[in-house]
Amino acid sequence: MSTEARAEHFPAADWDGGVFPYRVGHRKLGMWLFIVSDSLTFSALLIGYSYLRASNVWPTPFPFYPSIVFSSVMTFCLLSSSLTMVFAVSASSRGDRAKARKWILGTIFFGLAFLVLHLIEWNHLYSEGLRPFSLPADWVTRYAAPDGTLPSPLFGATFFTITGLHMFHVFTGAIYLAVVAARLNKLKHEDVEISGLYWHFVDLVWMFVFPLIYIMSVDIGTH
Amino acid sequence: MSGETHEAVHRHPAPTGFIRKYIFSLDHKVIGIQYIMLALVAVLVGMTMSVLMRMNLSWPGTNWPILGTLFPGGAPDGMMTPEFYLSLVTMHGTIMVFFVLTTAPQGGFGNYFLPIQIGAEDMAFPVLNMLSFWVTLVGFIVILSAIFFSGADSTVGPIGGWTGYAPLSALPNAGPGQGMGMNLWIISIAIFCVGSLLGALNFITTLLNMRTRGMSLMRMPLTCWAWFTTAVLALLSFPVLLGGGILLLLDRLAGTSFFIPGGLYLSGILSGTDERFPLHTGGSPILWQHLFWFFGHPEVYIAILPGMGATSHILSTFARKPVFGYRAMVFAIFAIGLLGFFVWGHHMFISGMSPYSAMTFSILTLSIGVPSAVKTFNWLGTLWGGRIRFTTAMLFAIGFVSLFVAGGITGLVLGQTSLDLPMHDTYFVTAHFHLVMGVASIFGMFAATYFWFPKMFGRLMNESLGKFHFWITFIGVYCIFVPMHTMGIVGMPRRFAQFTEYEYLKTLHPLVVFVSIAAIATVLAQIVFYFNLLWSIFKGKRAGENPWDATTLEWTTASPPPHDNFAGHLPVVYRGPYEFAVPGAANDFVMQTEPEVILQAVGSGREGTSGNGHDGHRH
Repeated sequence: MSTEARAEHFPAADWDGGVFPYRVGHRKLGMWLFIVSDSLTFSALLIGYSYLRASNVWPTPFPFYPSIVFSSVMTFCLLSSSLTMVFAVSASSRGDRAKARKWILGTIFFGLAFLVLHLIEWNHLYSEGLRPFSLPADWVTRYAAPDGTLPSPLFGATFFTITGLHMFHVFTGAIYLAVVAARLNKLKHEDVEISGLYWHFVDLVWMFVFPLIYIMSVDIGTH
Repeated sequence: MSGETHEAVHRHPAPTGFIRKYIFSLDHKVIGIQYIMLALVAVLVGMTMSVLMRMNLSWPGTNWPILGTLFPGGAPDGMMTPEFYLSLVTMHGTIMVFFVLTTAPQGGFGNYFLPIQIGAEDMAFPVLNMLSFWVTLVGFIVILSAIFFSGADSTVGPIGGWTGYAPLSALPNAGPGQGMGMNLWIISIAIFCVGSLLGALNFITTLLNMRTRGMSLMRMPLTCWAWFTTAVLALLSFPVLLGGGILLLLDRLAGTSFFIPGGLYLSGILSGTDERFPLHTGGSPILWQHLFWFFGHPEVYIAILPGMGATSHILSTFARKPVFGYRAMVFAIFAIGLLGFFVWGHHMFISGMSPYSAMTFSILTLSIGVPSAVKTFNWLGTLWGGRIRFTTAMLFAIGFVSLFVAGGITGLVLGQTSLDLPMHDTYFVTAHFHLVMGVASIFGMFAATYFWFPKMFGRLMNESLGKFHFWITFIGVYCIFVPMHTMGIVGMPRRFAQFTEYEYLKTLHPLVVFVSIAAIATVLAQIVFYFNLLWSIFKGKRAGENPWDATTLEWTTASPPPHDNFAGHLPVVYRGPYEFAVPGAANDFVMQTEPEVILQAVGSGREGTSGNGHDGHRH
C-alpha cells in the first residue's frame, strides 16, 4: 500500500500511465481503430477501381435523370440519417433517453430508406442487363471508344462490389442501431456516441463512393 | 465521463470450470498459450512440407513408399509430381507466414506479456481477444482442409505460392489445386485477416489506455513498443489484403475480371470463345500484386518486429546493461514500420513497372537499412562491455542479431533494381527472406520461449538441452541458407520441382544434397526443443518469481501469474525498464516498481546510467 500512496505524488500527465490519454474509454478508442482499419478496406477497393478505370475504356451510362437524381435522393437520405444521429447523440448527452431513442429510430428509418432505394436501383440496372461480368448490349456499342475499343465489363464488377460492400455496412449499422435503441436504458451515453461514430463513418464512405462511382459516370453526351 | 482510470473496468472473476478456464478462456495468458500451441502445431506441418520438398530436390527419382501411401494421387509410387511439389511450396509458405510467424510472436507472446509488462490485469477487450484466437484457429482448419479438398487434383493445395498471383489464382481451372483448394486458401486468408484485425485493435487499445500509473511510453519495455508497432502495421495492412481477397474471390465465383486480363488462353481455349472459359477482359494481374504486397511487405515486419523487441529485452537482461540508446531503438522500430508501407514495389521490380517507380521504391527500400543498422549497432552496443550470462535465451537472442545481419545484408543487394532483375526468381531470394524473415523471427521466438517459459509455467527449461538445440539449429540454418545464395547467383530458379533437366545446374547437385541433409538435421534438432518444452512443464527446475534477475513488471508477480496478473492490486512504476548495473544500487538491477526513495538514499550517481532516462515523456 505504501508504494501506491507514494504514487499520488506523480504528476497525472496524460501519457504517464494510469489515465486514458485521449480521455476516451476502451470501446470508443476501439471503434476509432476499427474505423481506421475499415477505411483502408474501402480505400483498397476504391484505389483498385481507379486503377482499373484508368486502364480501360469506361462506360459513363448514368443519365442525369433519373440515375443521378435518384442517387442524390439516396444521398439525401443518408445525410439526413447522419443529422438525426447527431440529434440522437445530443439528446443522449442531455440524458434524454426517450428523445435519443426517437432520433435513433429516425436514423434507422433513413438508413433503411437508403437501402430500399439502393436495391430498387440495383434491380433497375440488373433488368437493364448490367451484370458483375458483363455490360448491357446497348451500352457496349454506345460507349465504345472512337477507335473501336469496347467499354470494360469491369464497370458492373466495381459497381456491384463497392456499393454492395457499402450497403452491407449500412445494413449492419442499422442492426447495430436497433440494438442500441432497444437496450438504451442499460447503455451509457458513450455507447450511443460509439454507434454514432460508426454510422457517420458509413455515411462518410458514401461521400467517396457517390462522386467516384456515380458522378464520374454521368452520361454527358460526348459519345 | 465514467471510468477515467482503470479501476472497476473489465474485472472478470477467475473462471472455475475447465472449459471457461482453458478452452473458451477470456484470460489473455491462456489465449496467448493457445496461440503459441497453434503455432507449434502449424510449424510442424510447415516443417514436414519443407522436408518433403528438400527430399524431392536432392534425391529425384527415389521412391518414398510412405509418400505413396499418404498421397496416392500426388505421389504415385512414392514419387512426387511437380504439381504436388508446387502445392507444398504454397502451403509451406502460407502456413509458415500466417499461422507461425504472425501467430506466435504477436498473438502468442504479445498476448501473454504485453498486458503484464504495462501493468494491466488483462487486455482491453477480453471477449474480442478470445474471438480473435478462435477465428484464427478456424482459418487454420480451413487452410488444412485445402490439403484434403485438393486431393482429387493430386495436390495438397493450390500451386500458386503464398503470394497467390493472378491470373493463376483467379481462374478455377488454371491448374491442379486451383479449384476448391484455392477457394479455401482465399477464405482462410480472409478469416485470418479478420482475426488479426480484432487482435490488432485490442493490442493498440490495451497499450494506450491500460498502462499502469507511472508507466509512461518511454518507460515501456522495447517488447511493448515492438508489439504496439506490429499491431499498428496489422491494423493498416490486413484490411488491404482483405479487400484484395474479396476481389479475388469474386473473380473466381462471380465471373468478374478484376485481376484477369483479356486474351487469355486456358488449355487452348481463348477467353470468351467457349462456355468452359467465359469472357474475361480488362483486369490487371499487377493490381493484385499491388494490393498483395501493400499488405505483404508490412507483413514481413509483423513477423520480425516482435523478435526485435524480445531480442533487445533479452540482450539487455543477460548483458546486465541498459539497452544502448533506448530512444533510438524506439524511433528505429517506428521508422522501420513506417517505411515498410512505402516499399512494397520492390517485390514487383520484374512486373514491368516504370523505372522511375522502381527507383523510388529502391531508394526507400535501401533507406530501411538506416534504422536497421541503428538497431544492430545498438544491440552490439548493449553487449559491449557487459557481464554476459550465456543462457540459452541469450544465445538465441545473439543468434537473432547474427541472422538479422546475415539476412538483412542481402536485402541491400536485392533492393537494387538492377541486381534484383536477374536474381528475383532464384534461390538467392529464397535464402534472403528465409534468413531474415523466417529464421531470424523464429530465433527471436526461441529466445522468448526460453526466457519467458519460467514465467509462463513456473519452471525453467533445461539449459543443457537448450544449448544443444541452439547450436545444432544455429549451425544448421546457416548450412541450409548460405549455400542457397550461391545457388541463386549461379542461377538456380525457385519453385522448380527438380533440376535434373538442366545441364548448367548439375554441378550444384552436391550442394543441393548438402542443404537437404542440413535441413533434415535441423528439423530433427527441433524434436529436442519439443521434448524440452513438454518435459520442463512437468519436471523443470522450479523458477521462482524472478529467475533471471530481470527488471520489468512480469518479474514482480508470481510464476505463473494469477488470473488478474498482480493479485488484486496494480503495480506502480517509477523508472525505465532496463536499469541494470546502476551505480550505488544494492543489486546489479533495479526493478521498475522500486520507488525513487531508495536510490535517493544511495546517492545521485544514477544519471545517465539508463539509456532511456528516468524522466520519460513529460508534458
